[in-house]
Amino acid sequence: MSIEVKNLSYIYNEGFPGESLALDDVSFAALDGELVGIIGHTGSGKSTLLQQLNGLLRPKSGTIIVGDTNITDSKTSMLSVRRTIGLVFQYPEYQLFEETVAKDVAYGPGNLGLEQEEIDARVREAIEMVGLDYDEVKNKSPFELSGGQKRRVAIAGVIAMKPQVLILDEPTAGLNPKAHDDILQMVETIHQKEGNIVILVSHNMDDIAAMADRVLVMDHGKLIMNGSPQEVFARREELASIGLAVPAATEILGRLKDAGLNVEADCLTLDEAADRIAAALK
Amino acid sequence: MIRDITLGQYYPGSSWIHRLDPRTKIIATLVFIVAIFVVPDFIGFAISFVVLALIIGISKVPLKFILRGLKPVFFIILLTFILNMFMIPGETLVKLGFLTITRQGLHTAVFMGLRLIFLILGASMLTLTTKPINLTDGIESLLSPFKKVGLPAHDLAMMMTIALRFIPTLLEETDKIMKAQQARGADFETGNILRRAMALIPILVPLFISAFRIAQDLAMAMESRCYGGNMARTRMNAMKMGSNDIMGFVLMALYLGITIAERIFM
Ligand SMILES: Nc1ncnc2c1ncn2[C@@H]1O[C@H](COP(=O)(O)OP(=O)(O)OP(=O)(O)O)[C@@H](O)[C@H]1O
Ligand SMILES: [Mg+2]
Repeated sequence: MSIEVKNLSYIYNEGFPGESLALDDVSFAALDGELVGIIGHTGSGKSTLLQQLNGLLRPKSGTIIVGDTNITDSKTSMLSVRRTIGLVFQYPEYQLFEETVAKDVAYGPGNLGLEQEEIDARVREAIEMVGLDYDEVKNKSPFELSGGQKRRVAIAGVIAMKPQVLILDEPTAGLNPKAHDDILQMVETIHQKEGNIVILVSHNMDDIAAMADRVLVMDHGKLIMNGSPQEVFARREELASIGLAVPAATEILGRLKDAGLNVEADCLTLDEAADRIAAALK
Repeated sequence: MIRDITLGQYYPGSSWIHRLDPRTKIIATLVFIVAIFVVPDFIGFAISFVVLALIIGISKVPLKFILRGLKPVFFIILLTFILNMFMIPGETLVKLGFLTITRQGLHTAVFMGLRLIFLILGASMLTLTTKPINLTDGIESLLSPFKKVGLPAHDLAMMMTIALRFIPTLLEETDKIMKAQQARGADFETGNILRRAMALIPILVPLFISAFRIAQDLAMAMESRCYGGNMARTRMNAMKMGSNDIMGFVLMALYLGITIAERIFM
């Protein structure tokens, strides 16, 4: 399974006041098993791009090919697209509606028309995969859970559909540091276990640097960088000019280099940075 | 999709109509509504059509934008039309099985259909050319004489402002929730009526929860800033009637006069 996006453009409210070009000729590919990070300033078109990938918005022009189906073709069944591609929205907890957690997680698999037994098995698996205790939460109302727990249940609702591509739009927005780490840990675990493509939008550069195999940078609807985290974050000044930071380690080394220390700045973790500084000071 | 609903939306502009005092426009809308009910025949509709066309033309709001707002009420109009056409007894024109279309039925159907369309278009011209905040200021000002008999004009206006302010927010929320459920494989378009109604539950429950949350947040925010209704507030932008408004009133009187005359004498 791979994703290929070609010359994708999208305009909101075309021909009406408030018209805005939200995607401008975006092309990229995501390979099997890759974890792709997307970064960009607020309003740069990240969420719009994700909704295209799942067929919720239809592009003005361009194509998206997932595996060997062209999902921008109007003949493609949307249900099969949603079976293949799971999208977890920003603040997904507002989508919860059922009386119990188990029923809510079962909503997606139910829509796929699976057997009851299969649904039950998937619900249990998904709830456990997001780090909740199935027997403890299954009969609780989703509305009596904490914010972080609600978020997990909402993510479980998508994971239970076993998508081959899992897309998460800022899954850690508004969570406390502990819940933040837990959710990302959970994404890593799912990624490793399912071997699926994961596309992750985040405003936290350290998270992207630590997790992503490939980083896409969006600015004003355009895809302006596409490469490994090392390659992308090495362009510190360019990123700064569009209002984006780099991981803390890269920033420190970059500044030391600017101040005359003889180090290369293309590293992503603090441990690595410490080693390089130590080596440079020897 | 759901965002396409333009009913009650403001279309920014600076036309002659946009610049009129909101009170003038509110009164003009009321006059227009009265006139539409007074209109006795199709000649009357022709006159009102010219008036409406002029208003739309001067306002420079694109027709496409206005008609897009009509889409959601299209079914109501169609339903009224069909019911009128088949339900009214009289001289038979066409017979379709057990259904008959009568001459009177057809006449009433077209007449009522036109009346509904004119009412909706007229009312939407008010909201299209007036910012919600000015609209409610205008309503408050027009209602303030009734304060003496205990009508809480300010509170009513405030409630209206808030309701108008949150229509787009709730539409946005609905759009977001629909997309989230669609991403989970929800299907709102196929199946029989019962199935489709059931498919709405996953949208309505989260929507109500959001609406209550928004209301609570807003109430809290207002209270924490010591909002109180009737504290002899003054306005940052006081409304003032000008020569344009006088002209507006003259034109209104002319239109209403012609319509009434048409009813009496023709
Ligand atoms: N439903 C909509 N109608 C009209 N314009 C929209 C809509 N949704 C987004 N936009 C516009 O499209 C552009 C891209 O928005 P998008 O939500 O994709 O940004 P984003 O990168 O996800 O931002 P954030 O980081 O804040 O989530 C913005 O300029 C926004 O104003
Ligand atoms: Mg976004």
